[in-house]
Amino acid sequence: MSEKFPSLKLVPKVEAPQSAKDFKTDQEVRWCPGCGDYAILAAVQAFMPELGIRRENTVFVSGIGCSSRFPYYMNTYGVHSIHGRAPAIATGLASARRDLSVWVVTGDGDALSIGGNHLIHALRRNVNLKILLFNNRIYGLTKGQYSPTSEVGKITKSTPMGSLDAPFNPLSLAIGAEATFVARTIDSDRQHLQSVLRAAAEHEGTALVEIYQNCNIFNDGAFEVLKEPGTRDEALIRLEHGQPIRFGADRARGVFRGADGELTVGAVTAENESAVLVHDAHAAGPATAFALSRIADADTLHHTPIGVLREVRRPVYDELMAEQLDTATAERGPGDLATLLAGADTWTVD
Amino acid sequence: MTSQVDQSEAVDGSDGDEGRSGPGEGRSGPAVPVGPQHRGAKPIRRLDRVIIRFAGDSGDGMQLTGDRFTSETASFGNDLSTLPNFPAEIRAPAGTLPGVSSFQLHFADHDILTPGDAPNVLVAMNPAALKANLPDLPRGAEIIVNTDEFTKRALAKVGYGADPLEDGSLEAYHLHKVPLTTLTLEALKESGLARKDAERAKNMFALGLLSWMYHRPTHGTESFLRTKFAKKPLIAEANVSAFRAGWNFGETTESFAVSYEVPPAKLPPGRYRNISGNLALSYGLIAAARRSGLPLYLGSYPITPASDILHELSRHKNFGVRTFQAEDEIAGIGAALGAAFGGALGVTTTSGPGVALKSETIGLAVSLELPLLVVDIQRGGPSTGLPTKTEQADLLQAMFGRNGEAPVPIVAPATPAECFDAALEAARIAVTYRTPVFLLSDGYLANGSEPWRIPAVDELPAIEPDFATGPNREDGAFWPYLRDPQTLARPWAVPGTPGLEHRIGGIEKQDGTGNISYDPANHDFMVRTRQAKVDGIEVPDVVVDDPSGEARVLVLGWGSTYGPITAAVRRVRADGGEIAQVHLRNLNPFPANLGTVLRSYDKVIVPEMNLGQLALLLRAKYLVDAQSYNQVRGLPFKAAQLADVLWAAIGNLDEEDNR
Repeated sequence: MSEKFPSLKLVPKVEAPQSAKDFKTDQEVRWCPGCGDYAILAAVQAFMPELGIRRENTVFVSGIGCSSRFPYYMNTYGVHSIHGRAPAIATGLASARRDLSVWVVTGDGDALSIGGNHLIHALRRNVNLKILLFNNRIYGLTKGQYSPTSEVGKITKSTPMGSLDAPFNPLSLAIGAEATFVARTIDSDRQHLQSVLRAAAEHEGTALVEIYQNCNIFNDGAFEVLKEPGTRDEALIRLEHGQPIRFGADRARGVFRGADGELTVGAVTAENESAVLVHDAHAAGPATAFALSRIADADTLHHTPIGVLREVRRPVYDELMAEQLDTATAERGPGDLATLLAGADTWTVD
Repeated sequence: MTSQVDQSEAVDGSDGDEGRSGPGEGRSGPAVPVGPQHRGAKPIRRLDRVIIRFAGDSGDGMQLTGDRFTSETASFGNDLSTLPNFPAEIRAPAGTLPGVSSFQLHFADHDILTPGDAPNVLVAMNPAALKANLPDLPRGAEIIVNTDEFTKRALAKVGYGADPLEDGSLEAYHLHKVPLTTLTLEALKESGLARKDAERAKNMFALGLLSWMYHRPTHGTESFLRTKFAKKPLIAEANVSAFRAGWNFGETTESFAVSYEVPPAKLPPGRYRNISGNLALSYGLIAAARRSGLPLYLGSYPITPASDILHELSRHKNFGVRTFQAEDEIAGIGAALGAAFGGALGVTTTSGPGVALKSETIGLAVSLELPLLVVDIQRGGPSTGLPTKTEQADLLQAMFGRNGEAPVPIVAPATPAECFDAALEAARIAVTYRTPVFLLSDGYLANGSEPWRIPAVDELPAIEPDFATGPNREDGAFWPYLRDPQTLARPWAVPGTPGLEHRIGGIEKQDGTGNISYDPANHDFMVRTRQAKVDGIEVPDVVVDDPSGEARVLVLGWGSTYGPITAAVRRVRADGGEIAQVHLRNLNPFPANLGTVLRSYDKVIVPEMNLGQLALLLRAKYLVDAQSYNQVRGLPFKAAQLADVLWAAIGNLDEEDNR
């Protein structure tokens, strides 16, 4: 039987099917009522049985922030670590234990601000990790300061006259950091969220999934334009590999490549229909995926692509690491401690 | 009479007479020449010990030369101790004082403890090397200089107004003027090498000459050179030729009238090798992994003087060793902790600046109560400090350098070879008690080397991980913080174990269940319990070395000061002084009998390469008047210096009595 989830090929499987209930813990969930995290948690708990792997071989690792409470609510192994360091801790775990399915749950502050360095290096190494980045464009747990994804001019407690720094685009950053899997989804769209989780779980290597998540206390409605029935069709671009990138009412709009190579959005007509860009998530070069990651209007979020922007194959770090151990053992035999300690140059005293 | 014998007497006045076989023997006896015997036409003199210092430019290959001489000496069977000393810059400006790199080796026919206070022989490859090292040389010492480098320009560069080789300023020394570069080029004129490449073999010429002078075996160096340059046979043969030419030069030239013999030392029976601290520490980690059955996982970021451990462990993947060179210090320890959560022996290696960055993760490990080894090869601080120089000023950082009450056990090896045992001991504590453990070595131990009796594998202590395998509650539940009543260790349940799924984190946990708890009484209990766990770690009692039982002054040290302190103690005793000595390997918790021992002496002296960190801890914990003697020069103490300190302490006590 071929592996449905190649990245989990070494993870022991369950005999009996599981349900979402199996992944719930007895802990009281302590997010604010109405927080987008609830929807993500429910979607993940409902998705996990699909993987068909043993709960005890699944680990959720998080940093610090609202999203990082996530592991307490998953009936698997879990570590709620320190601010920004979850990718580093998960890298150690995943590279030491290839029989585990390791998930990182993080937020925009945790992953992109204090933990930015670990995130980019995890991505370039391509460790077998699935990173769920809950992006609410605000600091929630510290009560409402602007985050590295907040729009310029954001009025918060720490920026009463507006924030000054330009935000990160997490997907552009990830593509620039040599990520092999980059996707985006939205907390409120369970079906889409789960389809992206599925694709991430199938991917061998590091998968970065940005999840737009509403903070109803400090940044309510940040992604409303992508959710409101009246605006979402025009604002959202749903990417599907191998399909022309079209969106809007009656799929009347599309993405085109201009003469200068840049991507533009325009009306699809009978004449230009064949020129609509066909989404190729597996393109070897990152240029088009990068351009797609930047096609949204930063202020209005119009033309926000969701789905898998990029998914390419590259050797997986933990696999290569294990191979080096095997190669060394094949070439030199399993290490003999007595021989090692003695070395080559000894003398004997009687 | 040769200069060498004069010089041995002179040196004995300033250096520790540490090695002379028993404390009862007089300390000022000369290194007796036995003979002269003759090898060929030249007389051979017998010495009981010699200190050689090779010094040159950073690019002159002095560390390699020293290493090779050390290997030859080890395989000959002398006891030895080494002190490499080099600048932090890879290639400091040529010919300058800051660019001088040196390697000192002390070898003897008896048990010795330090690399020696003052060299008997200095090999100076250029004027900078002479100028930088001359102040350490006792009158009568032998100096071998490469005259080719004593040009007007080179002399001016280091501020020599006149040529010291000609102006009589070195009259107190026995000077050998050797045109090392010219002789090397001459020896290699048929080698086919360009002049620049040929010139680089001059360190091997010098090594050959010294090998002749001290009757060192040469086979090892020749095969080493052939292996090192296996891919460049021309270079390999040129180095061997230069090495042999140096030997033959000693044999034939008239400027070297005598050669010296230092017979092998009488060490306890066994099989020996020479080993540096970082190598011993690396082997200790591999041995700990083997003895515990845990896979070794090193998460590390390169930093002097710890990087050698990363390099060494990376070479042993066939032992199942995983090494991860992280993006920074924080990720290094993070990965090690993640691996530990997964059931590996997690290790991170670093120096003080790295420890600063790792502090938060060490605190997390304290809270998660997982085994983790934090290896700190201390160097001069603060900040970047002196990367290549030694210091022991991270003790309080290891002890207290975290937020909250975050106790961490500390183990500190005393000698390069002891780094092996210390790694095993640190792993035992970490695994048994589920706690991060600090292993505090330093730059002097890391790079210094000594003979090591190779232990049999089955003599090594076994370490029992004792993983949790099933529920620990009658109702079938698993509580991750239900402790072992003896050790207070919590269960180590690794992912993949069915039924033991649990979540842990850095937020305070409820005792037993491990659930998040903000309850005041629970926090107070957990803080005290974590402290009690560390306080209750079983460590061996200190052994007091007080042969007469009459001593009133106790000298107490920790870490790499063991060599110079012990050498100083031997000197004092040899001159009739009464002094007791204790050396601490366990700094947290302290051995149970330490308080009693401290209180049983009238005076306690604590020499440290910091401003009194151990003394501060002793005073706080035991309310004893421990007195500090401190030095932070980036170099180890000298035995003579410490002997004076000990005599002063004994003398002061006598004065107080007479008052």
